[in-house]
Amino acid sequence: MRIFLAEWRKLRRPTFFFGTMGSVVFVTGLVTSLLFLLIDAKTGNADRGNRITREMLELSDGFTIGFNSSNGLLGLVALSVFAAQTAQEYTYGTLRNLLVRQPRRIRLLIGKYFSMATFALVSVLISAATAVGLALALSGKAKVATDNWFTNDGYTALGHSLVNVLISTIGYGTIGMILGLIFRSPISSISIGTAYLLVVESIISIAWKPASNWMPGNLLSVVATGGSPIGVENAPTYSQALLRIALYLLGAGLITATLFKRRDVAN
Amino acid sequence: MNTLAISVSNLSKRYGDVLAVNNASFEVPLGTICGFVGPNGSGKTTTIRMLLGLIKPTEGSGSIIGNSIAQPEKYLKEVGAMIEGPAFYPALSGIENLKVLAKIGGIPYSRCQELLEVVGLGERGNDKYKTYSLGMKQRLGIAASLLPNPKLLILDEPTNGLDPAGIQEVRDLLEKLASEGVTVFVSSHLLSELEMISKYLVMLRKGEVIFAGPIHELLARHKATVIAKPSSINSLNHLAGLLNKAGFKSVVEDDHLLVDADESAAVRINKIAFEGGVVLAQLTPAKASLEETFFELTGGAA
Repeated sequence: MRIFLAEWRKLRRPTFFFGTMGSVVFVTGLVTSLLFLLIDAKTGNADRGNRITREMLELSDGFTIGFNSSNGLLGLVALSVFAAQTAQEYTYGTLRNLLVRQPRRIRLLIGKYFSMATFALVSVLISAATAVGLALALSGKAKVATDNWFTNDGYTALGHSLVNVLISTIGYGTIGMILGLIFRSPISSISIGTAYLLVVESIISIAWKPASNWMPGNLLSVVATGGSPIGVENAPTYSQALLRIALYLLGAGLITATLFKRRDVAN
Repeated sequence: MNTLAISVSNLSKRYGDVLAVNNASFEVPLGTICGFVGPNGSGKTTTIRMLLGLIKPTEGSGSIIGNSIAQPEKYLKEVGAMIEGPAFYPALSGIENLKVLAKIGGIPYSRCQELLEVVGLGERGNDKYKTYSLGMKQRLGIAASLLPNPKLLILDEPTNGLDPAGIQEVRDLLEKLASEGVTVFVSSHLLSELEMISKYLVMLRKGEVIFAGPIHELLARHKATVIAKPSSINSLNHLAGLLNKAGFKSVVEDDHLLVDADESAAVRINKIAFEGGVVLAQLTPAKASLEETFFELTGGAA
């Protein structure tokens, strides 16, 4: 708990906190705005030229589509935050101070992880509030009926979306933390992480389509959308994706934690 | 009852082909200031890292306040440390940085402001660390090392970047802490400073301990010399001849002679000079400094 709170002291510094949350609001706002404002555009109003129709937006889970669609970008924000917060301990040389005050390394790692996970939770909540707020604000202009949104089904859909996007965001963050521990440099870990998720996975998926069902980034998108990513055919089911990503992250996390525990701190 | 703050036995650390610390053995008693010296790359920081559990020894063992260095969680609550200079989060203020460490160590926040006052940063505590001068950063590092109210304080170059007044403040602080029973293990290149405050000394060269013990024992190893200065520089060679005839070895240096003898020989030297018609303006034992002894033992390495 002490490590958790100490980590939050770093996370809550105004420029970092408001900067990150600002980017979350911007990204979610952009995706949701485009969804409603380009509803009649022939080029599509969603990711990769896909089209979300007025009828789809009027369903009980219509107001969560913008939020769900932001998951990839939210994930990248989480990856960057987790990677930077972890790797900077090496670049600033502060890890040695932390380990002198808390020599139980795994405890230190877990405390840091949970504080960043709660930071991810805050970002997801802010993203959800932005998406829902904008959906409501733009529904009139886009001529989208909102009657089904404020029903029990609508609230349940929102709850599911929150949980799924949170799992996905923390998943991306976990990848970032693992990269931060391996590369020990914020720039390297963030650039390698984003390059892998945005470029490498896409190239592999294009070259050999079945591989996409096993790629961490794609699996996290499946989880975030509750098993139905927009524009993706033959995607793994939600539970398959959840199991695969859990196994990946658990395996990688255990290996990295063991390395962190055993590795000399010599910076 | 344990009377040792630090005890290491045959401690070694190897990085590939490089033996950074080689079979080091030394002890530091509780409640003393112990200097830790050696040329750059002699293994000081590696040794300190092993003492703090940051790196694992390749071989050997050690204990800190009676606890094995293999279990740092057992003793680090009683240890304060600053290794390789201060390291803090640039975007946080001085006091915020201290609070991060205080929270992790379960130390009350009130201690943070108190320590900022002790190191002279009381009025700059709310400024961001990145705005601090090198000296201020060093002071913050010292404050952080004092957070747990340590029984053992391990400091790596604590006066680096400090002005003469700051160096004196640190010296006074360390002496005060030692008088309160805190053991201070301090590495520094300022040998004159160490000589003033240290009772013990551990000296490394190329990863090996070449001296460990009371500092006076080390200084006593230095060749005893007496300075004899005649009132007239013209008598210098005459005096050298008289002393050589009496069995003393001496060399001329500037306006005086350096005579290989301890201070008990001063009376005899004075008599020889007087009987030879040489009036001495100065006759004093030349006290070996730690710096001279250091260079002698380390072969002149800086």
